[in-house]
Amino acid sequence: MKKKDKAVLALADGTVLEGYAFGARGISFGEVVFHTGMTGYQEILTDPSYRGQIVTMTYTQIGNTGINAEDAESRSVWLSGFVVKEYMARPSNFRSEMTLDQYLREHRVIGIEGLDTRFLTRHLRDQGAMTGVLSTEDLDPQNLVAKAQAAPTLIGRDLAKEVTCEKPYEFYEGLWELGQGHPQPEKPPRFRVAALDFGIKTNILRGLSSRGIAAMVLPAKTPAEEILALNPDGLFLSNGPGDPEPVSYAIAAVRKIVKMKPELPIFGICLGHQILGLAFGCKTLKLKFGHHGANHPVMDLATREVAITSQNHGFAVPEDFFKKEGQAFELTHLNLNDQTVEGMRHRELPIFSVQYHPEASPGPHDAVSRFDRFLDLLEER
Amino acid sequence: MPKRADLKKILMIGSGPIVIGQACEFDYSGSQACKALREEGYFTILVNSNPATIMTDPGLADVTYIEPLTVEAVTEIIKQERPDAILPTLGGQTGLNLAFFLMKEGILSRYGVESIGASVDAISRAEDRDLFKQAMHEIGVKTPKSGIATGVEEGMKIGLDIGFPLILRPAYCLGGAGGATAYNKEELEQALASALEISPVHQVLVEQSVLGWKEIEFEVVRDCVDNVIMITSMENVDPMGVHTGDSIVVAPSQSLTAEEYLQFVNLSKKIIRKVGVTGGGANIQFAQNPDNGQIVIIEVNPRLSRSSALASKATGFPIARVATKLAVGLTLPEILNQVTGRTTAFFEPTVDYCVFKICRFTFEKFPQAERVLNTSMKAVGEAMSIGRNFKEALQKGIRSIETGRFGFGADGKDRVKDAELKKPAPALHREIQQKIRVPNDDRLFYLRYGLKLGMSVDELYDLSKIDRWFLDNMKELTELEAKIGKYRNARPTGAIKLPADLLKTAKANGFSDVQLAHLLNSTEAKVRDYRKRHGIQAVYKLVDTCAGEFRAERPYYYSTYETENESVPSGRKKVVILGGGPNRIGQGIEFDYCCCHASYALREEGMESIMINCNPETVSTDYDTSDKLYFEPLTFEDVLNIVELEKPIGLIVQFGGQTPLNLSVPLHRAGVKILGTSPDSIDRAEDRKRFQQLVKKLKLVQPENGTASSFEQARRVAGVIGYPVVVRPSYVLGGRAMEIVYDDHDLAGYMEKAIQVSPDHPILIDKFLEDAIEVDVDAIADGERCVIGGIMEHIEEAGIHSGDSAMVLPTYTLGAEILEQIRLNTAALAKELKVKGLLNIQYAVKNNVVYILEVNPRASRTVPFISKAIGVPLAKLATKIMLGQTLPELGFTQEKPIPYVAVKESVFPFIRFPGADAILGPEMKSTGEVMGIDTTFGMAYAKSQIAAGQKLPTQGSVFISVKNQDKRHLVFVAKKLQDLGFQIIATSGTAEALVRNGIEVEVLPKIHEGRPNILDYIKNDKVDLIINTPAGKATKEDETKIRSHAILHGVPLITTLAGAEASVNGIESLIRQPQMQVKSLQEYHRDIGVRASLYT
Repeated sequence: MKKKDKAVLALADGTVLEGYAFGARGISFGEVVFHTGMTGYQEILTDPSYRGQIVTMTYTQIGNTGINAEDAESRSVWLSGFVVKEYMARPSNFRSEMTLDQYLREHRVIGIEGLDTRFLTRHLRDQGAMTGVLSTEDLDPQNLVAKAQAAPTLIGRDLAKEVTCEKPYEFYEGLWELGQGHPQPEKPPRFRVAALDFGIKTNILRGLSSRGIAAMVLPAKTPAEEILALNPDGLFLSNGPGDPEPVSYAIAAVRKIVKMKPELPIFGICLGHQILGLAFGCKTLKLKFGHHGANHPVMDLATREVAITSQNHGFAVPEDFFKKEGQAFELTHLNLNDQTVEGMRHRELPIFSVQYHPEASPGPHDAVSRFDRFLDLLEER
Repeated sequence: MPKRADLKKILMIGSGPIVIGQACEFDYSGSQACKALREEGYFTILVNSNPATIMTDPGLADVTYIEPLTVEAVTEIIKQERPDAILPTLGGQTGLNLAFFLMKEGILSRYGVESIGASVDAISRAEDRDLFKQAMHEIGVKTPKSGIATGVEEGMKIGLDIGFPLILRPAYCLGGAGGATAYNKEELEQALASALEISPVHQVLVEQSVLGWKEIEFEVVRDCVDNVIMITSMENVDPMGVHTGDSIVVAPSQSLTAEEYLQFVNLSKKIIRKVGVTGGGANIQFAQNPDNGQIVIIEVNPRLSRSSALASKATGFPIARVATKLAVGLTLPEILNQVTGRTTAFFEPTVDYCVFKICRFTFEKFPQAERVLNTSMKAVGEAMSIGRNFKEALQKGIRSIETGRFGFGADGKDRVKDAELKKPAPALHREIQQKIRVPNDDRLFYLRYGLKLGMSVDELYDLSKIDRWFLDNMKELTELEAKIGKYRNARPTGAIKLPADLLKTAKANGFSDVQLAHLLNSTEAKVRDYRKRHGIQAVYKLVDTCAGEFRAERPYYYSTYETENESVPSGRKKVVILGGGPNRIGQGIEFDYCCCHASYALREEGMESIMINCNPETVSTDYDTSDKLYFEPLTFEDVLNIVELEKPIGLIVQFGGQTPLNLSVPLHRAGVKILGTSPDSIDRAEDRKRFQQLVKKLKLVQPENGTASSFEQARRVAGVIGYPVVVRPSYVLGGRAMEIVYDDHDLAGYMEKAIQVSPDHPILIDKFLEDAIEVDVDAIADGERCVIGGIMEHIEEAGIHSGDSAMVLPTYTLGAEILEQIRLNTAALAKELKVKGLLNIQYAVKNNVVYILEVNPRASRTVPFISKAIGVPLAKLATKIMLGQTLPELGFTQEKPIPYVAVKESVFPFIRFPGADAILGPEMKSTGEVMGIDTTFGMAYAKSQIAAGQKLPTQGSVFISVKNQDKRHLVFVAKKLQDLGFQIIATSGTAEALVRNGIEVEVLPKIHEGRPNILDYIKNDKVDLIINTPAGKATKEDETKIRSHAILHGVPLITTLAGAEASVNGIESLIRQPQMQVKSLQEYHRDIGVRASLYT
């Protein structure tokens, strides 16, 4: 066993945890959150929604299955730091191509292991998510706490612009199959939708493709006119990191599109859902420690069916948004753990959205029917 | 969906006696189910033949029947109680099979009883191999190539088509009984024959072996509106080829990516829907090819199982409780998650720790059996441990299993010493490779030897097919061990120099103080002291179903070495109960029953109850049994850590069997207060020398005896006493290594072995009282007074372990004077030892002399049996005495006579150990017990036999072959059988004696003399009962063959004269009263005026 480098995680409230470094070396800051999924660290690392965050895994041994070429959710690793109880240096999985350590080094992301992650989780649960600094260089607790206090929070920061694609691209590729990777769907696409990329997860696009929906993935700042000029069959608003309010250009674009072409089906997931809410005049709120996991029960209020869903968000559409007089939107889905808003639909227009992630990755496929719902709207048109 | 209002009365079927493959987990699930149904307001009727269960406590179900689990008995119960529904999913394979046969025989439809939880169709689809395969193919789920055979020839053809190796699985068998692996034609033929015999429907699946594939399990729950949730995944450390009940298992799975995991989830959902579970749980077992991820399904159990109990304890999700509520029509979102107290049961648990399950084996009891693991389950118990990583859980698990080991080797107990591993002899090298390749109960330690030899993880993988991830973790432990070893002291007196951060790492990876002491050449006490001085102490984390995301209400903890301790001691007065650890022969559910009662009593007295135990099967480790649960190994270190944190007013060690009792003296020395009978009194009873003084002081009679630490001493003692003698080590349970020895030669052999079993304690030698009647007494005392719970007469004569003997309450041959003597002796002993709590005494009566054999100042195996029989919860009362109450205050001042007869019979695992001889002796071999209760001895005995699986015939042929000294007595038995209409068959020797006494006998040749002999008769179903008493020391080979064939073919076998006499009595009752009568425990108790409130 070679000697391990020390690393420190310092929180803005003065909490300091010491551990050992893996992955890249350096210093970084971000909002510290915890994820309760037991598998899927590769998907989490590559989910652009974690931009600006330091993610703590509550499951304790991480790195077991290495990294493979098939399970990335985007082209890069976006989060600011990765916190685990124990990093497993020797993966064991038939698809593994490199270690987690190598992967983080390649993407210049700092990892820390060997700290009491359960303490950290409980602390964040009770005190709320907060800014932290992760460092392998400066190990002085006081310095680091000061840095954490000085670091910006997520509120008011437009992170979507940091993770969105630079240029538009077409996407049409199937879901993962053992031994097949991601094969092209057998049938050619029946619909083409515009997908605004605020940090889109590839499996969302695959979820669309597997239903015959091809996507034109567009940079987040694409104006309404340009989007409509593509003459899409529908509009998809993707997931993405952080606070939705500063993504004002997209909120404006959505508003404009609804005005110009109200019959256009729109489907939003996560940040897309919040942006939709904002476009219709709601104020989003910040949750205490957010939802980051693969086991959130969500009830469809119409059918009373419950799905176990994958989630990743720190902001939300408040419930009182639906209580306003003459509200065009109705609440369709509720989180059974804390009764927060999980989905809504427009009463007249073909517009709906969900806060959770029907594409899972990682997580169960209970909620994939949301993609079918979008398909239905495209077909009805 | 609201719960079903059309159902009022629900019948639940328990799983019967503890056998290999079906243990306390069904008491746990059954008890939860009882509570769940009553919470919902249903009238519950329970039937189970096992008196040692919590579920059969009269307070749990509205009506409780302790009756045999047969179609006949349950039909009577259905007639009497007229339930609307039957819930067959919580009684293991026994319950499921019974429900299936009730359906097949039209009983359910005749009385309008609906099967809830699992429909009859669902049961068939999961259990019938053909239907199952077909169902899986319909939904595109791959199964291993296979075919169903109903005959050997057919099976051979299927097998040769598929190719070797092959797995055989008999249909409708629990715990893989009769399962086998065949590598060649010869093995296939043999295995087919026995598998077909064992299957109750004579059907066997011949299957492509997926040996070496990964074995992954999922626990799945579905409600009636098609909500499906995954409770947990589990990954077997031992790959395919070892029964999952014998495998080391971890939860959650460790080597799957999210996408791969999702494949299993999606398959599981498809499967539970196809099988048709519409309100309950299922366990689904998969095999995965480690090279390409290809998945096949192995089997589905559409019921609560051993795995579901493990999954419940592993995650905190009460599967049985929830499944029961789903069975009556509730849906998942309608059920509250009791652990968080605010979320619903509709969620999937997530954990932030590693759970490790390890099995307890008992090969030492069956030395003739091959010491390997395969697809037929052999484990008698299991322990679960929780750690923040696999390494910590692994080491805690090994400690928990109580085989005298303190972690992953490095504890001074390794069979192969480090020095030998430095330069291994070629034979040792081969042995290590062999033990890694062929699954066995010692494989973990051989993996360590392999690592220490310098074998690479890949080499170990090639031999064992154990996933490299697990092997890597083991390797890390050996690396850490080497690092610690660098700080080894030259002399044990030296100061410890281990750096604090390395010590902390070691503790966080599960190293016990004993291991550290061994590695550092120090002592456990010094390591502990050093550790505490450096502030390195255990902290406790919560099992909360949600990885800390929500606040949890249920105080269920495990230890680790990290920064934050979540277990905050309350300001209340509290008592710690030490549980019994893993089940083993000699220490099983009876003790868990007592521990639970201790907890109930503490609650009644307003005291905080804290349970420490590591057995996931039990009720005691249910999160709502005690106020606080610590899922921890029962070692000095682990217990003391908790005691130091909680500061209880005392510990209860009387109830968990030998495990806590062995800890009582060291804990007492460490300043821990032991409640009830003092450790000194315990020692006076356990220590032979002190016991002798006690006996002398009280002027009691003891068989002549002595102690010895060497063969020479032993021979001198035996010379004085005279052969035969009973020899045994002190401080062991279940008659471990106890033997009757007839001469010097055997004594020499015995002494050599015995010193290994218990090196620190001398060997006890007693005069063996041949043909004496043995008596067991359970009593309760408050330091002053003593009241007899029950005096039980053994059916079998002295020399057969009390745990294996059938017993009857009240006694049936002892005179009033003898009984009075027994009462006086018991009271005198209780008083002298100042017993506060329970007391068990074994006596032998010969020629009207009452000999005292042993005194156990603790709960005995028979406490639940007696408690049920007399309607007094003895363990509960004993607990209250330990807290300071007196017998008069508790209202129990007189022995309770009963106007009916209760018989306890034992059940044996011989069928699991091919080659082991099915005879009884001083070493205990039974795994569980049943109770037969009725108005006469004959009927009660008959019921006990039927309940134990011994189908006493009422007509047909009886084969008799007995040792010479039994022949005279046997004439009466044979005569009686003939009068009852049986044909008698015997070989020449026995026949001669019988014919002389005017009995007609069909004479068969001895096995080696010619054919057809008795073996042919057994195979051709031409014999209905076998009475075969072994010929003393030199058991003949013929006899062993007869007995093992009888076991394999399910022919009732009686191996003692007393057993034969009792059985004839039972047979006579069955003939006279062909319709079995059933009566509930509550009615029996009403007859003797028991207040129901005593139990609730």
